Amino acid sequence: MSTAADERNARAPWALTAPALMLFVGVLLIPLAMTVMLSFHDWGQYKGIEPVFILKNWHEIATDPYYAEMFWRTFRIAILTTLLTALLGAPEAYILNRMSGRWKSIFLLVILGPLLISVVARTLGWALLFGGSNGLVNKLLMSAGVIRSPIPFMFTETGMVVALAHVMMPFMVLSVWAALQRLDPQIENAAMSLGAGPITIIRRIIMPQIMPGVLSGAIIVFSLSASAFATPAIIGGRRLKVAATLAYDEFLNTLNWPLGAAVATLLLVALVLIVVGSNALIERRYAEVFR
Amino acid sequence: MAFLELDRVAKQFGAQTVVDDFSLAVGKGEFISFLGPSGCGKTTTLQMIAGFLDPTRGAIRLEDKDLAAIHPAKRGLGIVFQSYALFPHMTAAENVAFGLEMRNVSRAERAERVRAALAMVGLAGYEDRHPRRMSGGQQQRVALARALVIKPSVLLLDEPLSNLDAKLREEMQIELRQIQRTIGTTTILVTHDQNEAMSLSDRIVVMSQGKIEQIGTPQETYEKPASAFVSQFLGKTNDFAGTIDRTATPARLVAGSWNAPAPAGLSGPVTVSIRPERIGFGDVGLSAKIVTRIFQGNHWLFQCDSECGPAIVIRQNDGKTQPVEGETVRLAWRPEDMSVRGGVSA
Ligand SMILES: Nc1ncnc2c1ncn2[C@@H]1O[C@H](COP(=O)(O)OP(=O)(O)OP(=O)(O)O)[C@@H](O)[C@H]1O
Ligand SMILES: [Mg+2]
Repeated sequence: MSTAADERNARAPWALTAPALMLFVGVLLIPLAMTVMLSFHDWGQYKGIEPVFILKNWHEIATDPYYAEMFWRTFRIAILTTLLTALLGAPEAYILNRMSGRWKSIFLLVILGPLLISVVARTLGWALLFGGSNGLVNKLLMSAGVIRSPIPFMFTETGMVVALAHVMMPFMVLSVWAALQRLDPQIENAAMSLGAGPITIIRRIIMPQIMPGVLSGAIIVFSLSASAFATPAIIGGRRLKVAATLAYDEFLNTLNWPLGAAVATLLLVALVLIVVGSNALIERRYAEVFR
Repeated sequence: MAFLELDRVAKQFGAQTVVDDFSLAVGKGEFISFLGPSGCGKTTTLQMIAGFLDPTRGAIRLEDKDLAAIHPAKRGLGIVFQSYALFPHMTAAENVAFGLEMRNVSRAERAERVRAALAMVGLAGYEDRHPRRMSGGQQQRVALARALVIKPSVLLLDEPLSNLDAKLREEMQIELRQIQRTIGTTTILVTHDQNEAMSLSDRIVVMSQGKIEQIGTPQETYEKPASAFVSQFLGKTNDFAGTIDRTATPARLVAGSWNAPAPAGLSGPVTVSIRPERIGFGDVGLSAKIVTRIFQGNHWLFQCDSECGPAIVIRQNDGKTQPVEGETVRLAWRPEDMSVRGGVSA
């Protein structure tokens, strides 16, 4: 009797997770496997996709410096975006955390509010402000005589980093904020009573303790920026491509699906390696702070 | 001259007065406890001394210098927080060394003093442990070492033992008292545990709702409580309603069928307060019936129903036969063991 019950008990978790598991396999694992397979297929202008196993696409990516440049730019932009969000977001979270009750909730809403607005709308906002000589800020500054020609923003890496940092900021702030919540509320008083000044307290006591939060925020921001599509597509267009917009173009403009699949697969693999690697490093380094 | 002096200190949060008219003179090397129920303003008072809160009114002076002008970081006080507030990213030794580093103590001297401080609290060999890998008692001792190593002029302890289990707490109390005696640091301990306050301090400040109820030695506060609150808060007590009869000669204090010569200068209705262990069973006195009798090892606890309301009696288990439940007894005590409150001056 008990064995039957045990068996039923053992099966219950599987039965309960089955719907989610099926969804996961159906919409994630299978398409992913098909994309990887697609990257080994052949493609020609007139013959279309041929389901054979060749390394042509991978060979092209590995040897053509165009792709190396593209990936290098993608990661350069992602790294700069991450640095910018960390530099601005960590102090922002710290200030937010020190605010008193009502102001705290108001500003938390201000910070999280942008998440409710589509990425496209937010990026288009930047384009409206800085887009060539018709951009609002450019127009103002030019008519005031501060600048002669419009500030280069569209189709530049700087513009892309700024717009991405704006989009990603909430993730960094939230992640640092979560780390700040774990601090002992008396920890600053303790340091102060031992003779530490405000700068020493931030540098020696607060920073080391919120570093895990900054780093996990950095991982989120980095992976989202490196695979971001909408913002680079609007700011960079087809003039300044990154890995995600390149894959899109191969799929939908050139119609070279296998090459696009190879680019997408490479981006995914690189990201997974970077994220898993740095996560392991962080956990080892901050074992005592985490536990 | 007082070493640390609080002069009519008050603290308000908005309209709520949390500490009011708090005056206290602490002598050098004295061990003082702030004792009171939760929310009575103990932590607030301590934080005002530490400088984390500014008093709304009044002044705090240390060696005759007004502390208001001195930044908390420059006051040189040692503080142990209720949550310990250890730096989790630093080892025990680094935690203890932090205060010395801020004082630019040389590396060699620092190492020596950290080692000595950790040894004093019984943590030699734990230098490289992180706080998260230590037990509650060990963390508490690191916090104590961190506060003591800077040779503070005053040591402030905010319920440092409240997170420990009973046995460890007792051990730490003894250790704390020994350390304080050896190095002679003026100490203020916040606690809501009356046993802790009594066993550790030279003087106890009993607080209630932001006000001082009584300042006195543990014995004074226990045996001569200044108010009903103090006698109720410090251990069990019996309060009987009585009257002073000045028409009799000589005047007498009467509670039920118990009576004694009246204390001088009082008349009218009074409250007679008497500790349960000072009441004996006799042939004359307050008549009472024993409701329950509880054996507690070294003593017996009797709950009685007396003429003047419920009463508790504690008797040493000295081998003599004790009254049983349901028995009618007479409760008697010596006049010098009771305290009398209320009444009007006669
Ligand atoms: N920052 C604050 N703002 C408003 N009210 C406060 C603040 N800090 C404390 N209080 C109030 O002041 C009163 C006294 O608080 P305090 O922390 O001094 O009590 P306590 O005696 O230390 O109590 P416990 O034994 O529970 O620690 C409480 O009623 C509390 O609600
Ligand atoms: Mg408190």
